[in-house]
Amino acid sequence: MLLRAENLAKRFGGVHAVQDVSFALAPGTVHAIIGPNGAGKTTLLNLLTGIYQPSEGGVFLGARELTGLPPHRFAAAGIGRTFQNLQIFFNMSALENVMAGRWLHEGGSLAAAALRLPQLVRAERRCRAEAHSLLDLVGLARWADAASDAMPYGALKRLEIARALAAGPKLLLLDEPAAGLNPTETHEIDRLIRELASRGITIVLVEHNMKLVMGVSGHVIVLDEGRLLAEGEPREVSADPRVIEAYLGVEAR
Amino acid sequence: MASPAAAAPPSASSAPRRSLLALAGAVALLPLVLPNNYTYEVAILVGLNAIVCVGLNLLIGYAGQISLGHAGFFGLGAYGTAILAVRYGWPTPASLAATVAAVALLAWAIGRPILRLRGHALAMATLGMGIIVAVVIATEDRYTGGPDGMSVPPLAIAGHVLAGERAWYWVVGVLLVATVWLAQNLIDSPRGRAWRALHGSEFAASAIGIDPARHKLAAFVLSAALAAFAGALTAHYAGFITPAKASFLHSIELVTMVVFGGMASSLGAVVGAAALTTLPQLLTVFKEYEMVLLGAVLMLTMIFMPQGLVPTLGKALAAARGKSR
Repeated sequence: MLLRAENLAKRFGGVHAVQDVSFALAPGTVHAIIGPNGAGKTTLLNLLTGIYQPSEGGVFLGARELTGLPPHRFAAAGIGRTFQNLQIFFNMSALENVMAGRWLHEGGSLAAAALRLPQLVRAERRCRAEAHSLLDLVGLARWADAASDAMPYGALKRLEIARALAAGPKLLLLDEPAAGLNPTETHEIDRLIRELASRGITIVLVEHNMKLVMGVSGHVIVLDEGRLLAEGEPREVSADPRVIEAYLGVEAR
Repeated sequence: MASPAAAAPPSASSAPRRSLLALAGAVALLPLVLPNNYTYEVAILVGLNAIVCVGLNLLIGYAGQISLGHAGFFGLGAYGTAILAVRYGWPTPASLAATVAAVALLAWAIGRPILRLRGHALAMATLGMGIIVAVVIATEDRYTGGPDGMSVPPLAIAGHVLAGERAWYWVVGVLLVATVWLAQNLIDSPRGRAWRALHGSEFAASAIGIDPARHKLAAFVLSAALAAFAGALTAHYAGFITPAKASFLHSIELVTMVVFGGMASSLGAVVGAAALTTLPQLLTVFKEYEMVLLGAVLMLTMIFMPQGLVPTLGKALAAARGKSR
């Protein structure tokens, strides 16, 4: 198993946002986390990326426990993510956003950077080429030199994915990648997720668009009121009466 | 339309390189129009303030952190080298280098807890730090001469005393161009992108493995060291220093230079330093109202060109060129 959540719980004051959630994610699969609004999906994602510390329980990547580490250490361990509300570096171009994503693989000393030593110039050339190919992969090649604050919403959603990919994650968490997108753009995201999965990146998708979720994912986790309600293949989960009830209310039975 | 792959991406670093050349040209040509020693003196002060502002701009404009206490570091640089040279008889290059290193260390120690704070809290903490430094300098009169100030020996490198406005002009000019060059290189490097990423979104930065605390601290220490360096040079150049150089007013002056000239623009920091160093010299009648003047400049800048002078002009120029095509 690539990622394990063990008895995860998060309380904000008296509010139980996530309670006793355990699951394991197999590598190379597209996993989806679904649930009605307020079910705790984004809280769970924040627990899996170190933004929140769990009140109870732990997060493991492979054999390694990540619980309690700061977010940048989760990233260094191989967990990448995008954000429900765009978190673009609007003070940089599209290309620079993706190049920034290469930080974990670049680094270099302060002196080498300030003096622009030859090794840095070479590394920068590689970094730039890598960023261009990632922009190409997400279909943003023509936006490379655009100021990111001049780009349309749909393009920015894909720019976040390219930036997250630049860090070379083993596990990529996508927080509502299709929210606010039109059907054509959603189809593009669908295609992109499949492409990434085929490259061996394990994907966790938090999404409201059921057509996208059911089409693309091999494993679905359903949350309701902070608890794990059901999990399994999309077909099983969508036939589960508890899931139908959580989504549509008791009357639907 | 050309295929996207064929469209040659304009070199990202061409604009900074042009502004660096423009700055070097201005430094080289300025002596042709400087009529007397007094104007040289103003130009030297502009250069020294500009070095502080280029450093402060790395912190404010690029890494997105505020400091209202940088005059404290400037003052520590000035008094540190003065005290080592006068009271302990250190050779001036050694006193200068040791002071800059000590201030960097101090900034690191202070910055570690302070930079966990954000926004207003960070502004208040740096403000408090600056005020403490100013108070210590004004009251420890055994070492600093207190409010009366103290005299500082000239910079002497291997027996050669750096004296005269012209010599100082070239030294400061070369140091300024070098500082801008180093700053621009840094900005266009992985580390510079990490700093800018923090400004853009701290959440997203940490999600790609950038440690916010570490990089804020690095930008803070570097900008403090540059302020101390310029402070120490100013002390040796002027030959006399007073606690005013470490005051809150001077901190605000420095921030106003950065904001007015243009955040996230190294040339902007230089232009801001030039404008706000020269202006009070020209308008000596306003001396009493310096604080008012600074406040007005800061307010008008935020209202009418929040990006600052140089980026605003740059955009206007680009738009005009686009139209004429």
